[in-house]
Formats: sequence, C-alpha cells, structure tokens
Amino acid sequence: MSKFKKKKKGLPAISTASLPDIVFMLLFFFMVSTTMRETDLLLQPIKFPSATEVKKLEHKSLVSTIYVGKSKDARISGDKIQVNDKIIDVKDIPSFIFSERALRKEEEVKYMTTSIKADKEANVGTILDIKEQLRDINALKVSFSTKGTNIRSNY
Amino acid sequence: MARRENSEINAGSMADIAFLLLIFFLVTTTMDVDSGISRKLPEKSEDTPEVVIKEKNILDIVVNRNNQILVEGDRQVQVTDIKRIAMDFIDNGGGLSAPKDGKPGEPCDYCKGAKDPSSSDHPSKAIISLQSDRGTTYGMYISIQNEIEAAYNELRNRLALQKYKRSYKDLLRDYKDSGSKKIKEKIDFLKESYPQIISEPEPIK
Repeated sequence: MSKFKKKKKGLPAISTASLPDIVFMLLFFFMVSTTMRETDLLLQPIKFPSATEVKKLEHKSLVSTIYVGKSKDARISGDKIQVNDKIIDVKDIPSFIFSERALRKEEEVKYMTTSIKADKEANVGTILDIKEQLRDINALKVSFSTKGTNIRSNY
Repeated sequence: MARRENSEINAGSMADIAFLLLIFFLVTTTMDVDSGISRKLPEKSEDTPEVVIKEKNILDIVVNRNNQILVEGDRQVQVTDIKRIAMDFIDNGGGLSAPKDGKPGEPCDYCKGAKDPSSSDHPSKAIISLQSDRGTTYGMYISIQNEIEAAYNELRNRLALQKYKRSYKDLLRDYKDSGSKKIKEKIDFLKESYPQIISEPEPIK
C-alpha cells in the first residue's frame, strides 16, 4: 500500500451551520416588527375607509378596539358591533369600556383611546350611537381607523 | 497515532426549530400600524348655558342618506370642494375675535380670507356643523371629516411657515422627537390661532 492514502471520492457535505443563523435573523425581525393579533373577527372582513389626515395610534396597550361591520351570516342584515371575540349590543359598550379600564392603572385611564374599526359601508347611525355611549361614560378619546389615502374609494 | 478528524456537529435540526418559531410568529402577528383620524368627543354636561351663535359663524354641512352634501342649506357640493369651502369660511376674518381675559376682541391679523361680512368673524368663532343622516355611509362621513381636518391642517401649516419657517407637520414631529417646551408653545399657538370647533348635531332620523 502506498504511503499516501487516496482521497475519498465524492464532495464533502455542505455545511448548513449558518442556516439557523439566517432563520433566527428573520425570526427576530418578525418578532420586533409585528404585533400579536388580538381578536378573531366574527364579522365580514372590514373594508376600511381611506383618509389623508391620519395620526398613528400610539401606546397600543391603552387602546380598546370596537369593530363595526356586517355579520358573516348573510341572512343577518344591519351593522354588528364586536368587541373581544363576541358580538354585542350598543348598550353593552359602557360595560366593555369599564372592564377595559379595570385592567389599566388609574393614572393611565385618561390616556385610553377607543379605536373604532368600522366598515366603510356601515351606517353613520351606528357610529353615532357608539359615540353617544362613549360620551356618557367619559371615554372621550376616539380614533376612526382608516387605511390608504385615496379618499375617492370611500364612496 | 493518527490525528482524529474533528467531526462536525449536525446543526440541521436547529434550523428546523428556528423555522418553527418563525412560522409561528408569521401566523400569529400582524404587521400593520393602526392609524386613523383622531377626535376628542365633547364632554357631556347637564348645564350647558345656551350660547347664542350668530348664523354667519356657523358653516352648515348636511349629508343625506344618498351621500349628497349640502352646504349652508342651498348649495350641493362634492366632497373634494369641502376643504376649499371650509378654509374660506374659517379664514375669512371678517370681524373681531371673542373678548378674552377682559381684553376686547381683535381683528384676525393673520387671516388671508376675503373678509366677507356675511361669513365668519374670526377663526376662534367659526364653527363647522356636520349633520349626517343615520343612513349615510361611514366612508362618506370619514371623507368629510378628513376634508375638514385637512382644511385646518393647511391653515395651521400656512401660519407655521409664515411665522416659524417650519411646517406644522415638522413641528409636530420635532415635538414628538424632542419633547421640547418651546416647540410645544409654537404648536399650541397654532392650534389656538385656528382652533378646531366641529359640532355634530343630532342626526336626521
């Protein structure tokens, strides 16, 4: 036998050690740049109205969201209001806000905002009813959620 | 003795775990930032004194259930016209401001409006009233709110550029970044010069 061993045939395996690093990088990017989805929508997917003069909603933890839209069941007509995974009546909004307030510190209550996510086909009457309820219990900061900037698509 | 070759640790399963986590985050999270038109609702008080407001200081906007817009009771307009109309109305400056702290009212020296005596006296007196039908669609309602907001923003912006050589938007951003008192004063001054007074009377049934 010769002193020099013959080299093994075939290519050596490609090292995949850096693959986890890349995936972890992606993972961290998504962890940082996204937020947890809070509720499952029981309504039809909401088509948001557009607006140009918008403000970003900050302090996510101080925001309570009210969804307004049509029911998934096509037989049920009219606007439905959803909070926290269930469909409620307008009259139940104060109790929802109170339960939200109970979870926050007292000094934070005055910074709490109610975000109204309503479908652009919804009736203004429903929105005004909600606003009236919010006024009654002094939850005065509201934000009307919008998406996009082309206001011609609103009507 | 022959040197043993360093065998590599198989890291393939590590990638699998990372992928699992990644997919979990992809599915359970949302990317969008919530943005919208913010409004402060008027406080509810039982004993609001009856204030007599001159008709000329109110800009009446009425929307009916067919999404038609009527301004001042007789003019049908498009949504895109509202910004112009609102700006002309707010910025008219035809008279004196309300007397404040015992000082008599002053004319609006920063207004560039037509000074029409039949339109609003002063930005601090100009009220925009938006009455909608219960059947108006929300999209239309938001569009009008947006146009009114745009009118105020443009007026504030104009004054900001003239007085501070900075746009209102920039000032707001600077304040958010630095939190400085000086900028806050400027913003407050602009807001006071063109205060947003929007009234929403009971909807038409």
